[in-house]
Amino acid sequence: MTATTSPDTTTDARRADRRPPALGGFSTGVLAIEIRRVLRNRRTLMFILVMPAVFFLLFGLPSRGDKLDNGLPVTGWIMISLAVYAAMVATTSAGAAVATERALGWSRQLRLTPLRPAAYVATKVVTAMVLGLLGVLVEFAVGAASGVRLPAHVWLESGLTAWIGSLVFAAFGLFVGYLAPAENVMQFMGPALAILAMLGGLFVPLDLLPDVMRQIATFTPVYGVGQLARAPLTGTGVDWAAVANVAAWTAFFGLGAARLFRRDTTRV
Amino acid sequence: MTDTAPAVELAGLTKTYGPVTAVDGLSLRITPGEVVAFLGPNGAGKTTTVDMLLGLARPDAGTVRLFGGTPADAVRHGRVAAVMQTGGLLKDLTVAETVRMTAHFYGHTRPVAEVLERAGIAEIADRPVGKCSGGQQQRLRFALALLPDPDLMVLDEPTTGMDVEGRRDFWQAIRADARSGRTVLFATHYLDEADAYADRIVLVRQGRVVADGTTAEIKNLAAGRVVRATLPGADQAALAALPGVRSVEVRGDAILVHSEDSDVVARHLLTRTGARDLEITSRNLEDAFLALTAA
Repeated sequence: MTATTSPDTTTDARRADRRPPALGGFSTGVLAIEIRRVLRNRRTLMFILVMPAVFFLLFGLPSRGDKLDNGLPVTGWIMISLAVYAAMVATTSAGAAVATERALGWSRQLRLTPLRPAAYVATKVVTAMVLGLLGVLVEFAVGAASGVRLPAHVWLESGLTAWIGSLVFAAFGLFVGYLAPAENVMQFMGPALAILAMLGGLFVPLDLLPDVMRQIATFTPVYGVGQLARAPLTGTGVDWAAVANVAAWTAFFGLGAARLFRRDTTRV
Repeated sequence: MTDTAPAVELAGLTKTYGPVTAVDGLSLRITPGEVVAFLGPNGAGKTTTVDMLLGLARPDAGTVRLFGGTPADAVRHGRVAAVMQTGGLLKDLTVAETVRMTAHFYGHTRPVAEVLERAGIAEIADRPVGKCSGGQQQRLRFALALLPDPDLMVLDEPTTGMDVEGRRDFWQAIRADARSGRTVLFATHYLDEADAYADRIVLVRQGRVVADGTTAEIKNLAAGRVVRATLPGADQAALAALPGVRSVEVRGDAILVHSEDSDVVARHLLTRTGARDLEITSRNLEDAFLALTAA
């Protein structure tokens, strides 16, 4: 059809070009398309960027002027909690996208390309983390614009902890994604995440819950990340129970996702 | 991996699902450059065979070699690509995005613009996949399969569910791509597609190859006419010795002679024997297909 398809050149070119892709097919080009794809989805944007910001305006602003015991603003506490919430919704939904892609047969299609399954998962995790970072940044921007003033190290440490901690939810999303091949997985994940956020003390301080509930809550997956992200603000130092909580849940969801993933990619 | 190895070599391929034997000891060898139709009725085991050939399913017994290597090797080096029947597309990507993304999964590909052009979807490049018709989606799958410039292209019932026009457009795109030396294997239950686009037809029934030959040879199976007559005590050997006779069947007092030259048979029967109630009927490819593939 064109000069490039003449038999001689294609035969030579073909011999030279039969190499598998670098990094198993993981590439920034795919990441760019993946991220654009998520940002184009209005419903996803609503959940990961708009809702947490609106929550802050609704539930954070009324506490303007209130101080924590150490003199830092309560709005900071609320903002950091909602940043964790934004990051967890973002990373969970990005991970859970594999459910949609399995339901649509895209994963099967990918098995007919040289893309390594590990590279596919890595793409999903990185996409999730980029979105998680975006969630944290938007929440912090809304907070800053609404007058939240915190020491620089608190912004940085809390922001990084909220972001990196959301890795547990990227693993959670993948776990759910490989558990249920459904196109509309986020429809039941949305409410589930809200309940987990509640139990994790992101919406109200756990001190306000009955004692039994509080005991249970400390073992749920959101609790640890929330505690650690707020630690720079509250100045309580590193809570090892929270670290153990994050480590245990990351291991559980990570290994669970890996196991389901292997089952998914095994030929039948 | 040598270039003299067959493009496809299936040996004793078997796959059962519970009590159902989908593929039953199927063997097939395709040399590079052949365009082969894998023809059979629904449920003949075509898709299961294609799945095993591509490494998507594991055979219970038998082996698959593509260009002397495993299907996984051929996939990893972009030597084989496939157009599957349904699914496998993300609705929220545009046509061009789907192709660009897939291109990143290979070490090297043909240019994106080129495969869009060759698949005949350049003008709908910016359309979301979810808004494309079934035929357009199928041409998109074809574009994806063209990306690695594969040595072997496998198409599994590529036109199922398309209207007449969609089928014609799709095959036109395939034809336009007639790259010399590309091996093509397509599964179909449309006889006319096999007839129009294949050099060789492999007929399958109940997971087995029941006929295999060039399109002309398969047509030949069906060529000629059947002469039927009532002739008690027929001399089967004498009839079989007539020029052009392919087979002689005796059913009680009736005989059925399948021949390329029905005139010779009729003349012989009417002048040299006591045959009566003579009937001459023709067979076509459809009859052969039905005869060979009917349960």
